[in-house]
Amino acid sequence: MLRRFRLEEPESVAEASELLGRFGDSAKVYAGGTELLLAMKEGLAHYERLINVKKLKKLSEVSADESTIKIGALCTHHELETSPMLQQKLPALHKLEQNVANVRVRQVGTLGGNLCFAEPHADPGTLLMALGATLVAEKSSGRREIAAEDFFVDVYETSLEVDELLTEIRIPTPTENFRSAYLKFGYLERPSVGVAVAFNLNGGGLSEVKIAVGCAGPAPRRVPEAEVLLNGKSKEEAERTLSQAGESAGRASQAISDLHGSQDYKEHIVGVLLKRAFQSAVT
Amino acid sequence: MAKAMTRRSEAQLLPVSFTLNGRLQEIEVEPHELLLDVVREHLGLTGVKRSCDVQVCGACTLLVDGRPVSACTTLAFEVRGRSVLTIEGLAEDGKLHPLQQAFIEHGGFQCGFCTPGMILAAKALLDENPAPSEAELKHFMHGNICRCTGYKKIIESIMAAAKTMREKG
Repeated sequence: MLRRFRLEEPESVAEASELLGRFGDSAKVYAGGTELLLAMKEGLAHYERLINVKKLKKLSEVSADESTIKIGALCTHHELETSPMLQQKLPALHKLEQNVANVRVRQVGTLGGNLCFAEPHADPGTLLMALGATLVAEKSSGRREIAAEDFFVDVYETSLEVDELLTEIRIPTPTENFRSAYLKFGYLERPSVGVAVAFNLNGGGLSEVKIAVGCAGPAPRRVPEAEVLLNGKSKEEAERTLSQAGESAGRASQAISDLHGSQDYKEHIVGVLLKRAFQSAVT
Repeated sequence: MAKAMTRRSEAQLLPVSFTLNGRLQEIEVEPHELLLDVVREHLGLTGVKRSCDVQVCGACTLLVDGRPVSACTTLAFEVRGRSVLTIEGLAEDGKLHPLQQAFIEHGGFQCGFCTPGMILAAKALLDENPAPSEAELKHFMHGNICRCTGYKKIIESIMAAAKTMREKG
């Protein structure tokens, strides 16, 4: 059962931001509601007001040019899993979206909501870090871009200010040499571990290697300790270094023991997934 | 009583106009009311079930504009201007939908609790993909749980219905 709350339905980002500023912690942005309503039904959270942002239609747009792919924060997982542009330009993200939760969650759950709720056992944040994404935060007085790796602060906590809304996800348009993959593993409803890898691969080998680990600890994170082991290597050298990079990524993942597995177990799985993700990316 | 009256006067009522199984409904709901409760308790259609209550099991599946949603975690006002289909609205003129017929012929249910959700989810699948592979079917239906674990018969039922529907065109 849900406790009673009031509904606000702003017509602009500025109006939504003003409402958030005025009502502070007693209000919460509501989009798909797939995670927020669960927390409220369980009595884990209560807000006097929900601010329904779904009238902000501009936040459902997707576009791509030579430099940037822009995804509106209100795009649902279903819209993204059925986007031909995404399938062509960012197959790793497209595949991730096809495998978020289940068909009903994907139907109403939004990418922006997923990121803002910052549930640790979520997929998109991890891959977005490896893709070098930036997140656009807007409020009535202005906007700023936040690097994906600076967005997540802790469990259910982001770097958004109280009156800021996440409006857009920006991903550099991949070049021909760009490779990426995201893999997850788990045996409960949500993943125990997710690993994303992205790099450029040309005759000279690997460059701009980005590896991120999610679900294992309180928030997804880049693991530069593993990235440096692969950066600059030829494909064959990188393959020989993968075990070492996997161990390093596991140690750097800040994995914690919980229902989804022990710390040791998760660290091991990080290594396994890194190897598989690398192979998936290069083939 | 006074308290109840105060709460009543504070209530924010939202007009919701939508079609339910093809019929126009004009109701008022409070923002926190869930679609599942409105359909079961206020509109009297109990085919849709509350089970896990956390969008995992699919027993509360309804089709909104043809797509499956979890009624247990959908705010009722969200169906403003939309079309909602429940299991009660699937048969036409007393004739069962091919999915319903196939579930009977192929033993697609045991206790029956998951069946309304299974059939509605399967309808959404077949409406967008009339000839799914078994892998596609399993991927789409992954979020609908049969606690009796009668999955084999459910898959057979859906595949048989798909064939019937294709042949009927």
